[in-house]
Amino acid sequence: MIINQFLVLAALLFSIGIYGVLVRRNAVLVLLSIELMLTAVNINLVAFGSYIQDTLRSGQVFALFVITVAAAEVGIGLAIVVLVFRNRASANVDELDLMRW
Amino acid sequence: MFDYHALAPELILGITLLAAIAVDLVVPERLKYLVGVTALLGLVAAALPLITLAACSGIAGCAATGPRVLFGGSYVVDDFALVLKGLFIVSGVISLLLSVGYLESDDYYQGEFYFLLLASVTGAVIMASARDLITIFVGLELVSAPAFLLAGWRKGDRRSNEASLKFFLTGVLSAAVMLFGMSLVYGLTGNITFAGIAQAITAFGLQSEPALVLAVVFVIVGFAFKISAVPFHFWAPDTYEGAPTPVAAYLSVGSKAAGFVGLLTICYQAFAPVRSIWGPILWVVAALSMTVGNLIALRQTNVVRLLGYSSIAHGGFILVPFAMAALYDQAGLADAFFGSITYVLFYAFLNLGAFAAVIAVVHKVGSTEITDWGGLNRYAPGLAALVTVFFFGLAGVPPLAGWFPKFVMFRAVLGVFESPWAIALAVIAAVNAVIALVYYAGVVKRVYMDNVPVNAPVDRVAGRRLAPSLVLALAITAAATVIFGFFPQLLAFFGDVTRAFVAAP
Repeated sequence: MIINQFLVLAALLFSIGIYGVLVRRNAVLVLLSIELMLTAVNINLVAFGSYIQDTLRSGQVFALFVITVAAAEVGIGLAIVVLVFRNRASANVDELDLMRW
Repeated sequence: MFDYHALAPELILGITLLAAIAVDLVVPERLKYLVGVTALLGLVAAALPLITLAACSGIAGCAATGPRVLFGGSYVVDDFALVLKGLFIVSGVISLLLSVGYLESDDYYQGEFYFLLLASVTGAVIMASARDLITIFVGLELVSAPAFLLAGWRKGDRRSNEASLKFFLTGVLSAAVMLFGMSLVYGLTGNITFAGIAQAITAFGLQSEPALVLAVVFVIVGFAFKISAVPFHFWAPDTYEGAPTPVAAYLSVGSKAAGFVGLLTICYQAFAPVRSIWGPILWVVAALSMTVGNLIALRQTNVVRLLGYSSIAHGGFILVPFAMAALYDQAGLADAFFGSITYVLFYAFLNLGAFAAVIAVVHKVGSTEITDWGGLNRYAPGLAALVTVFFFGLAGVPPLAGWFPKFVMFRAVLGVFESPWAIALAVIAAVNAVIALVYYAGVVKRVYMDNVPVNAPVDRVAGRRLAPSLVLALAITAAATVIFGFFPQLLAFFGDVTRAFVAAP
């Protein structure tokens, strides 16, 4: 099995995710970019898991945990975004500037 | 047979979580404080098995059974874990005591608050025992996820919304970065337990493998977000200011200590063979955290923001013993580990006390602006004295408790050998200890020497009584600050027993 293509894909996804977090202004899109980074982690884990033929399947199990926790966090995150949107009629992260320095 | 005794604190906390939800469902609106009572009883009950576990481990002398290893080495209950579990439960109890009166006067959803706080403490207790990547990740998320919601508790308040969203986005981003590092560690070593990772790094000769360097950097950056170390600190003061003050107290102690526990276990166990990678990184992070945190704290006008920046600076002090780890021998490493743990233990009591005093003063004065605190001594001399005790304690003025952890920290970085880098870091730390005194003393000066501001709302709120639970929290932390100042060995003993963590292969 050749692992390189999986690692390159994961690295690309992770980089696109970081770019999205830095550039996107809408909180929902920032959240989606973070999900992209977590997907990159999952690809990495599953690829490594089958590459090293881990008898405990640690990589695959880890990926399942990441998916579950990510789902829980998106639930919390969307709740917070909805709350912010209700109070300010905007989910733009640039406008969160009540507190600085 | 499965060792239920070792897992008893977590089991009790889990059962209490469910009980808290059930109680919240059945009690009427005016009796919601009963959920808080349930949570408090659960925390106290979870502390009992800690004592019985300690009785048959190194802490009480008879190390007959040794560390209890569960789940194939993924979950270890040793002296280090017991001490940190105790710290998390105590800080959970004090945060709960701070919250009760605050929430009642605020008229917000009480029941869910206690449930979330308890869930976060449970995560921290799990982290203390976690010895593999999956467990520590799940524990860390269990600490953070309820905390995101707690920070946004005042739903109608825009500042609280903003605090919550900033905390959430940085928290999830840091988790993603850390996970990417962990996935690389797993791929390179083929192991997820810390002991297995350390063995594989040595066995495969990965010490100078570029991919491992990248992985270590990612994991450290992830934890640096959690402990709000500079340059990953920007969320912390905003979150502390916007969140309800008891939540800020919990975040700056419980959640932060959980981040340090994760960093300590990963660095000193999984990444023990690559100390030369994480040592220099943490040298820079420690120096920056102390300096930037203190310099920005100097110009704060809001006392909660001031405590936020000062907690960043204290995070830097806790990282100082990490910095020279690459050059230490085994005994020096144990000293450094002891230095960090002891600082966390003392800092927890001092900072919780400082936040308790702030909550009490805000209750009287109605403002977190330091200028409004002028002349507090005239109408609330007891509170003024408490503010003095905690702020001078945080500054490290003897005989209050803050001096001892600073002493241990300096001894850890200087005591073992003389390297120009160690001396430079010690000088930076010493200068920062002095800078910190300036802003802590500034608040005390306002309280004692300034006049009561003309437009202060003091007349309106001066007659308010403090909630009994808040008085109890103030009494506990003030007693700890004074007693541990005169007899630091009482608390340092618990730091001392954790040395075994480093000595174990």
